[in-house]
Amino acid sequence: MKITAEEVKKVALLSRLSFTDKEIEELEDSMSGILTYMEELNQYDTENVAPMAHAVEQFNVMREDKPHTSFTNEQALMNAPEKEDGYFKVPRII
Amino acid sequence: MKYEAVIGLEVHTELHTATKIFCNCKTSFGADPNTNVCPVCLGLPGVLPVLNKKVLEFAVRAGLALNCEISRFSKFDRKNYYYPDLPKNFQTSQFDLPICEHGYLDVEVDGEVSRIRITRAHMEEDAGKLVHHGSSITTADYSLVDYNRTGTPLLEIVSEPDMRSAKQAVAYMEKMRAILQYCGISDCRMEEGSLRCDANVSVRPVGQKELGTKTEIKNINSFKGVERAIEYEALRQAEILEAGGTIKQETRTWDENEGVTKSMRSKEEANDYRYFPEPDLVPFTVSDEYIENIRKTLPELPDARKARYMESYGLSAYDAAYVTSDKDRADFFEAMVKAGADAKEACNWLMGELAGKLSENGLEIKDSKVTPEAMAELLKLITKGTISGKIAKKIFPEMWETGKSAETIVKEQGLVQISDTGALEAMVDEAIAENPKAVADFKSGNKKAMGAMIGQIMKKSHGKANPRMVSGILIKKLQAL
Repeated sequence: MKITAEEVKKVALLSRLSFTDKEIEELEDSMSGILTYMEELNQYDTENVAPMAHAVEQFNVMREDKPHTSFTNEQALMNAPEKEDGYFKVPRII
Repeated sequence: MKYEAVIGLEVHTELHTATKIFCNCKTSFGADPNTNVCPVCLGLPGVLPVLNKKVLEFAVRAGLALNCEISRFSKFDRKNYYYPDLPKNFQTSQFDLPICEHGYLDVEVDGEVSRIRITRAHMEEDAGKLVHHGSSITTADYSLVDYNRTGTPLLEIVSEPDMRSAKQAVAYMEKMRAILQYCGISDCRMEEGSLRCDANVSVRPVGQKELGTKTEIKNINSFKGVERAIEYEALRQAEILEAGGTIKQETRTWDENEGVTKSMRSKEEANDYRYFPEPDLVPFTVSDEYIENIRKTLPELPDARKARYMESYGLSAYDAAYVTSDKDRADFFEAMVKAGADAKEACNWLMGELAGKLSENGLEIKDSKVTPEAMAELLKLITKGTISGKIAKKIFPEMWETGKSAETIVKEQGLVQISDTGALEAMVDEAIAENPKAVADFKSGNKKAMGAMIGQIMKKSHGKANPRMVSGILIKKLQAL
């Protein structure tokens, strides 16, 4: 399966990553390679196989509805690059 | 050309649990910013979310109350998008295997009942809150983020495009709120955001089968807003089509102040959510026994309660719908009737005097200063003939202010109704003597002339004369003249 430069750019945008033209070219090749390899799976008939919801066969892991001690405001903001009045501060959104 | 609106609603309701959906942080409203947060809801690396038992239980409960089929196998998925109110850059939600599907609820508008189908209801986490520094999001210098609300459990309930008018959409929202409140899974306050609604609206010429292009309206914060936003949007679309234009499929925001919907500038490709199964949460299965145990605990729902009030208390459909549209109101009503109040009178007082006092003071019915029992005592005094309805309306505000019982106020102020035949006859004689013209009018066939005389007697007795007895005595005396 061939991945185009346009598709690489779209995925890059969705991932908030930027690449040089040379890197995009390389990614076209490597992403195409990965998908071509995955195409090998198409030889198997999965008509009657349910989609896998999880890799581990385990169900219903749940907890009680009981409060714990949360972070203090200082702890919560410890790694924030910018903060103000107890809030995380972020650049203009749109 | 005549157009009809086609409306589908996406309702989000915050589930009333003690803790968040995937961590044990509290869900309380109004805490200091970023104090109900932990590594899980802040999306720090290496954490493992675990589903809150109560969230699943509430979702199943709501699903059953909304006549849904409950999925025996369900899972969570990641919905990927970038927005700063979402610390993980994805929202944990449900995509292809939601917990509830194929439900419905019945709504009534102008006496006509329609069944609105519910496509699905699924569990997901809420996002945080943003405070923009500037007049609007697009002109702000920067924004501040509070993650307290992040991870609050939500149930998103999606309807089919089955509604045809703004009124029907409001009726759907009101019914939805009543059912969710009755089930005890949410307090459903639109103004606090615990009940929210996005509307999908399109229009088409009446008679046309295929759907027109729809827009999605966000930021609707009140029941009034639901009605106004949909009415505005349907009209806007019809005008565009009428002028030969086409509708652009887009997301619009409702501006409550200006009363208009506005296009939301959205980044291209913003809606590429790339859902995939959430690897940090294992799927879950629900047994028949689990479902039946929850079904057993479902309370009497609004429709059933309405039917019961009509059947056993003789309320009209209108009165019964009013009383049962709010669970707290229905509970209040029922407590009044249990304490001996006449059902119809109780209903009238809920709609009239009590509703007035509550709105005057900005209070919810559950915070009423007069208890249902105290109100029942007041109404019983009317039924027994101790006081007139008019006096009761004077006493009620005093009960509200002072907390005194109706009986105490009646005793203290000597408000006992005059039901002594001799005393009333004397009053009637006096009125006849003072109103020769009214008497003559009555004699010549104008029965209404009596009203003025009764009014005078009531006024002279400071509202204490028993109006029914006065009227009886007056008729007898006038006819005997």
